[in-house]
Amino acid sequence: MPRIPLTWLAEHTALAPAASAQQVATDLSRVGLEEEALFGAQVTGPLVVGRVLELVKEPQKNGKTINWVRVDVGPEHNEDADDPKDPQPGEERPSRGIICGAHNFVEGDLVVVSLPGTVLPGDFAIAARKTYGHVSDGMICSGDELGLGPDPSGEDGIIVLGRGHAEGLTGEPGDDAIALLGLADEVVEINVTPDRGYCFSMRGVAREYSHATGASYTDPATTVDVPPAEAGGVAVQLHDDAPLHDVEGCSRFVALEVHGVDPSAQTPRWMARRLTLAGMRPISLIVDVTNYVMLDLGQPLHAYDADRVVAPIVVRRAAPGEKLTTLDDVTRTLDPEDLLITDSEGGEGARVLGIAGVMGGESTEVSATTANIVLEAATFHSISVARSARRHRLPSEASKRFERGVDPLLPRVAAYRAAQLITEYGGGQVSERITDEGGAPAAGTGTAISLPIGAAERVVGIAYTPQQVRESLEKIGCVVEDGPEDTLAVTPPSWRPDLAIREDLIEEIARLVGYAEIPSVLPTAPGGRGLTRAQQSRRAANRALAEAGLVEVTSYPFVGEGIFDALHYEAEDGRRNAVRLLNPLSDDEPLMRSSLLQTLLPVARRNLGRGEESVAIFQLGTTSISRGENARARVPAAAQRPSDEDLEATLSALPVQTRALAAVVGGASGPDSWQGEVPPWGWTDAFDLARRAAAAVGARLEVRQIELAPFHPGRAGELRVLAADGTSTVVGHAGELHPAVVAQFDLPARTSALELDLEAVIDSAPTVVAAEPVPTYPVAKEDFAFVVDEDVPAAAVEAAIVVGVGDLAESVRLFDVFTGEQIGEGKKSLAFAVRLRSAEGTLTAEQIGAARTRCIAAVDTAVGGVLRA
Amino acid sequence: MRRPGGADRAFLLEWTAVPVLRCGRPTHLPHLSAPFRTKAIPVSDTSPAPEAPTIDEASIDAAIDAALAAIAAAPDTAALKRVRIEHVGDASVLTSAHRAIKDLPKEQKATAGKLVGQGKGRVQKALAARQEELAAAEEEAALAAETVDVTLPTDLRPRGATHPLTTLTDRINDFFVGIGWEIAEGPEIESSWLNFDALNADPEHPSRSLQDTLYVAPEGSGMLLRTQTSPVQIRAMIERGAPLYVACPGTVYRADEIDATHSPMFHQVEGLAIDKDLTMAHLVGTLDAFAAHLFGGAPITRLRPNHFPFTEPSAEMDFRCFRCEARLGLDHDADPDCRVCGGTGWIEMGGCGMVHPNVLRAAGVDPEQYQGFAFGLGIERLLMLRNGVADMRDMVEGDVRFSQHYGTEI
Repeated sequence: MPRIPLTWLAEHTALAPAASAQQVATDLSRVGLEEEALFGAQVTGPLVVGRVLELVKEPQKNGKTINWVRVDVGPEHNEDADDPKDPQPGEERPSRGIICGAHNFVEGDLVVVSLPGTVLPGDFAIAARKTYGHVSDGMICSGDELGLGPDPSGEDGIIVLGRGHAEGLTGEPGDDAIALLGLADEVVEINVTPDRGYCFSMRGVAREYSHATGASYTDPATTVDVPPAEAGGVAVQLHDDAPLHDVEGCSRFVALEVHGVDPSAQTPRWMARRLTLAGMRPISLIVDVTNYVMLDLGQPLHAYDADRVVAPIVVRRAAPGEKLTTLDDVTRTLDPEDLLITDSEGGEGARVLGIAGVMGGESTEVSATTANIVLEAATFHSISVARSARRHRLPSEASKRFERGVDPLLPRVAAYRAAQLITEYGGGQVSERITDEGGAPAAGTGTAISLPIGAAERVVGIAYTPQQVRESLEKIGCVVEDGPEDTLAVTPPSWRPDLAIREDLIEEIARLVGYAEIPSVLPTAPGGRGLTRAQQSRRAANRALAEAGLVEVTSYPFVGEGIFDALHYEAEDGRRNAVRLLNPLSDDEPLMRSSLLQTLLPVARRNLGRGEESVAIFQLGTTSISRGENARARVPAAAQRPSDEDLEATLSALPVQTRALAAVVGGASGPDSWQGEVPPWGWTDAFDLARRAAAAVGARLEVRQIELAPFHPGRAGELRVLAADGTSTVVGHAGELHPAVVAQFDLPARTSALELDLEAVIDSAPTVVAAEPVPTYPVAKEDFAFVVDEDVPAAAVEAAIVVGVGDLAESVRLFDVFTGEQIGEGKKSLAFAVRLRSAEGTLTAEQIGAARTRCIAAVDTAVGGVLRA
Repeated sequence: MRRPGGADRAFLLEWTAVPVLRCGRPTHLPHLSAPFRTKAIPVSDTSPAPEAPTIDEASIDAAIDAALAAIAAAPDTAALKRVRIEHVGDASVLTSAHRAIKDLPKEQKATAGKLVGQGKGRVQKALAARQEELAAAEEEAALAAETVDVTLPTDLRPRGATHPLTTLTDRINDFFVGIGWEIAEGPEIESSWLNFDALNADPEHPSRSLQDTLYVAPEGSGMLLRTQTSPVQIRAMIERGAPLYVACPGTVYRADEIDATHSPMFHQVEGLAIDKDLTMAHLVGTLDAFAAHLFGGAPITRLRPNHFPFTEPSAEMDFRCFRCEARLGLDHDADPDCRVCGGTGWIEMGGCGMVHPNVLRAAGVDPEQYQGFAFGLGIERLLMLRNGVADMRDMVEGDVRFSQHYGTEI
């Protein structure tokens, strides 16, 4: 994002004197340019000009020769006398002694000295230190050490005033070198939203700064001398055979030649410095000028070596398979959607020079010997540039600007500005002819937007005066005229392609007057219905498991293909129909979980791996099952509400999704206790927790034995709910995990788990819990013990008892299970406590006896159970 | 097992005391209750008296003194019981004397009766007092013997915990319900149309790229992992129309690698209010109330211009730092080292703005009649700020220690 050196900004707007980067950032953020970073002065402390008084070369054992130097750093910084134990070279006088390893200077030279207390870039603090047998009381600096980069004239060593980095500079010993070298510049880096492309330039940011502070502003585009010129520069042809969205890829192409530039001319220091501060590397005068003008005005420019370009230049789409070696030395295969700049070496439009608005190629690049150039300043279609930059992963400074839209009135201005800077610093002649293919859009071609005077007030809630409305819009560059019936006809400026509808203008008015002016009013909603039953129930289920001792966790929904085998799913298991991602974060996990346990078991393992000794966790999360590889969600037009048919086609393709509740419990159910042995979590807990969660939402679960992965084949159950119409639906499973799964995930032995489709459980709960009478007649308690075959489920016996006893049964509860010799091989005894109560009166012995008889008969009929004598 | 007809006498006794019909387990056999035992004692009152004792003042006084001394000396209730038998029991001097009064000459009866009666009364009173005293001491001793160390750990199965993100989301939902809004929800695997097109996102918008958004295979499926809960806003508008006041909390996904401040999965809450005359002032009012609910005090919020495809005008919302000096007002400087605001005095909370007319149109709401505002915040970010969570990974990796610390509160 753009970096704004304050001194550069101050060239276009009256920056408050002594404005800090922080203050400027705050001002800019008020109008919507967010602060990304602040860069303070690069060097702080006593960095001064010094004069070399004496210099002694001292060869060292390591083969190097170092200089022991007496430097005059000005009366304020000089030591009056030498250290008697370590005298400086030559005649004693006020100075400092410094060790220096560079050799590009002699006695009498003015150099840059960082005295103790100076902090150089990279947080490098300078202090006096003993080295090579002397105390070096500071450092003589090179350009690299000051963050100025390598010497522009290629000189190796320290900075000597008047040469290289310090070309044209001079001073007296003791002068502040920070100011002299421009090292105090503060920089604000801002974040520019996609609608504000014009702020990718000093021109735009300075305008916004003036909006924020009221400071005066001069549009730098208006100060460029654009001479009247004849057409007839380098021939250019615009041939877009396949425009994207029916918009020509290049609507304007300005080409301007400059001849006779001195190839050895240097970029002026101030320009190189500004480029560096703005985050660009100085390269050569011609390239630096094109970059400088781009940063200043916002118009990307490209310079071609005129002697290597073969006219005409043709702008066209790429042919399939065409290739280009870009400046980064990568040979790229082009896409037919790429818009190209080509020339006619080998035929008209035959040689590719670059991808329009993205990056140039090697063939016509300016070099160290280039004296004649063609400057390109064009207007390219934002979408075309954005796609090419993304396709080739080439986000260049040019593409960033074109993607967001560049002022179409700029090309000619920018081309002349660049040409003038090049001739100013490199000599040569700007051509008297110019090519302007496509040309500037005619003035007033933008459609005026009709804005009712009161529209901004209606949306923002501030009673703007008509004057505020008009002035705000004029300030941002709009042409405002009176329209019919209290409306304004507003024509946005050429650099604001984002202003298209009334609301866009309202935002401009709101931000120029200031968002801070908006009052605070809490709206009165008509009154809602509170949380839905499902929302309340989810909280209840969640809390029930937390109260039961489990800890809620989160897990990512991404799973790998291997998880289904790890959990021992059958080949035909429906849970294998997981949703697949097109671009998963990790190729190892391309699927979305189809069961919550798929991601909860790895979380259990992670916790155990981090030192937990047992596991008792749960999660409430979504799961999904794909509707098949051919499922496609329709994407209707967004201009109006889709038809019901379109909407159906959009929504019905979505995977089957639900909120599941899953828990994993294993190991000790609590810490070791003085109260005795702590029971381990086991399969009974899995069922009990499922029942508790269901009970918390007002639902009741029935359990049926089942064999299902990932559970132990003999210790798993299906959890069902009964709908009001009597249909029984499976809503989940619980049980002990299969020992192989336990081993796979390094879980404690007998770890158990449950998973419920919580939405289905909640749906099964009655909307209204109907009252039950509370009879006050006495209860009669009857105990029964039935002997049944070992494989008869207790639930079946219980159901038979309920049926047998009938309405008198208040409760039936199994309290003992017994197997042993007395009962017989393959048999078990199940003992039930039954509470009998009538709503009509005290039960008589006969009624009770009859109920017993019915119960015994019912169990006999249903499961062949025999009352134990 | 006992048949219901086989009720015995014990059964009937219990029946009279507690109205429960009971058969079966022997552990529930009835026991005799106290009134039966006390009733048994007076029976011996009718047994014949031994020989008549002397009734004079000296002997009676001596008997009384002996009795009072014995009562005072009784160390426990068992000894006191023996004292009672010895001194006021059937064979005691006093009881014998009392019995003998009826055989005295008529003129002596009154004096003797008074003498014996008063004396016996004093003894009975002393007995009762001593009984109470000893019983209290014995109960105290018995209870003292049952003393336990109440500082022993009692948690056989410690209470679990909810995830703080869940708890915080509940709080947020409660706030919106409290101001009359409803909570709307939708699926996490969503259609591209609802996630992007209906929200006025340009087909070229970079957020649609594979670098930013996770899509459902194959290419062109029209489905993705929702990158925001905004599609729920569209669903709510399509289903319920206007006026509409809903908050949409939920899980969202982005193609981000996980680090201390990013996660490919996180949680958001968005708000949407559509009505006839809603303005940005109502947006500011709602955010102010929300900030007060979350962070307490009288918070200051600030809007800065920003850009989003689905709102126009758009804004970034900042809350004034609630931790350092800055919370006291705009005239107070932030602590330069504040960990919450980084010394700026402001905390970036998320985006907001007035719903773009194109969004209303796509959702079937007439922008000429209705307008409204929307905003969105990250719940992880709120938790990080409010509770000082330093690392995003702690919230998403499922380490139980993270949740356990909070229990069920935040």
